[in-house]
Amino acid sequence: MSLLELKNVSKIYGPLKALDNVNLQVENGEWLAIMGPSGSGKSTMMNIIGCMDKPSLGEVILDGVDIAKESGKKLTEIRRDKIGLIFQQFHLVNYLTAVENVMVSQYYHSMPDEKEALEALERVGLKDRAKHLPSQLSGGEQQRVCIARALINHPEIVLADEPTGNLDEANENIVIDLFRQLHREGTTLIVVTHDPEVAEVAQRTVVLEHGRLVKEIMNESFET
Amino acid sequence: MKKQTMFLRMITASLLRRRSRMLVALLAIAVGATILSGLVTIYYDVPRQMGEQFRSYGANMIFTSSNGGTLSEEALNQAKEQIKENQLVGFAPYRYENITVNERPMMAAATDFDGAAKTSPYWRIDGSWPSQPGEALVGKETAQTLALNTGDKVTLTFDLDKKPATADEAANAERNQNNREFSVVGILDTGGNEEKYIFISTEDMEGLTGKSDSFDMAELSVSASQNELKSYADSISKKTDGVSARLVKRVTQSENTVLSKLQALVLLVTVIVLLLTMICVATTMMAVVTERRKEVGLRKALGASNRSIIVEFMGEGLLLGGIGGLLGSLCGFIFAQAVSMNVFNSSIQFHWLLIPVTVLVSVLVTGLSCLLPVRSATDVDPALVLKGE
Ligand SMILES: Nc1ncnc2c1ncn2[C@@H]1O[C@H](COP(=O)(O)OP(=O)(O)OP(=O)(O)O)[C@@H](O)[C@H]1O
Ligand SMILES: [Mg+2]
Repeated sequence: MSLLELKNVSKIYGPLKALDNVNLQVENGEWLAIMGPSGSGKSTMMNIIGCMDKPSLGEVILDGVDIAKESGKKLTEIRRDKIGLIFQQFHLVNYLTAVENVMVSQYYHSMPDEKEALEALERVGLKDRAKHLPSQLSGGEQQRVCIARALINHPEIVLADEPTGNLDEANENIVIDLFRQLHREGTTLIVVTHDPEVAEVAQRTVVLEHGRLVKEIMNESFET
Repeated sequence: MKKQTMFLRMITASLLRRRSRMLVALLAIAVGATILSGLVTIYYDVPRQMGEQFRSYGANMIFTSSNGGTLSEEALNQAKEQIKENQLVGFAPYRYENITVNERPMMAAATDFDGAAKTSPYWRIDGSWPSQPGEALVGKETAQTLALNTGDKVTLTFDLDKKPATADEAANAERNQNNREFSVVGILDTGGNEEKYIFISTEDMEGLTGKSDSFDMAELSVSASQNELKSYADSISKKTDGVSARLVKRVTQSENTVLSKLQALVLLVTVIVLLLTMICVATTMMAVVTERRKEVGLRKALGASNRSIIVEFMGEGLLLGGIGGLLGSLCGFIFAQAVSMNVFNSSIQFHWLLIPVTVLVSVLVTGLSCLLPVRSATDVDPALVLKGE
């Protein structure tokens, strides 16, 4: 069984179909890229997969559970337990230090553990920046804190919406390297991106247009 | 690390690192708590303060004999001791005797001059209070009748025998009299009955009459509320043999009306200040929540339940309330002290109980005013965060 399966999923805002009858399967441990022009419904899809929004029609089966039918409270639990989120804007709590931001995620998930949080920061190369506030970090560093935070609870599935959208080449490579590591460890990755270079390193790329899945590309030269 | 530790770390970081916004809320709470604790202090201190003011209008309680006889010193002391020492402003026993001065019948009154000075602070004396044996204070009316001035000598005569029944008897009987010379040290002006008397010390009266330990009444000045005074009077009359205590109505009643009006005013102001504080805190918290919608969305995206969002904001609010209350209870005392010094010219005691009470009230008030703003925080949609608006 697939880890994630979207069956005839539509999201309708009045006259607009942000998602239009989307069917998609994602296997456990897969690395999927989602591309498409602006307004094509990528973020809408990520919000639905990330249990932050519900589809207007269709089923979204995550780990055998149809999350389209769950209550808001249950969705919060699923999001907390199974999903790691990385955003385009680096959303950090601005009055908490890097390590505290990572610990917030632990706090909602289970138990805050400063040692573990520091290890996660070390993994993204930010051990010496642990006590800095977000305003004292560069954009690339902030995004790496977000990645550390997304990984800290060992989620089954990591969702990244434009993770490199605001980063330069060097930082983009750091983030891609981190994704490679995650993939090797068996984490399922879904990455929304405009950037063909980021899409190229994934196993598979799907393309959205006007809310429809229009293309699917397998990466033949995929290397782990 | 325990969850509570992280919780405290988050809310203190929010308060400490986002100073400016939180300072406004803190200021609102602290000012509210200051006025609150200040006014409560004044509210409870006003009766004492005003009581002391009112005490200048004279005695508000009187002891008399309950059986028509005289009062012994022992009975008086027994009655007096039932009044708390710090409430007893003054105590003056009085003994009245008929005497003659140059064959003219007069009234002599014996009292404790130190006590009388306290129970009757409005007495005006031309000269000085008697301080030595053999000195007398003469009422203005009597001084005029006898043409006495300060520095003059006056001889008081006391008949040891019973009043002669007939003029004949009076002429024939061998007069058994005591005579004593007093020097007039002061003329007493009160505008009342006291101007008819010649005041001497209790010891001198005993010497003059040869009779000790017999008083006619005692005046007391007690700093207490009307109700307390009443219960004092009742219990003294009941418990002390031979003594009947009653209140000087005119004085205690006017005291009471002024007091209750003042207290009602203070109470009203306190309630209004509390309301204003609540509105101010609620508005500030509303702004805080709006300002932090993104953070709320982020926390929710990270798996925070509505409950934990409420607990976190409430935690911040209550911590703020506690700190504000603590600050306020201290500033409130300074405020009350300043008011008291300016209005009543006397200092007030610090009530330790006021600190926990003020902190508790300001925590409650802050909590109450945070309810609505915090509820609105739970409405934030986590999807907003991903959209990155
Ligand atoms: N809450 C909403 N109400 C109404 N329309 C919405 C809402 N959210 C999204 N849309 C519309 O749905 C469409 C898809 O939006 P979505 O955010 O998924 O696009 P996207 O592919 O992520 O674009 P971008 O690359 O610019 O981020 C857009 O036309 C958008 O205007
Ligand atoms: Mg988008």
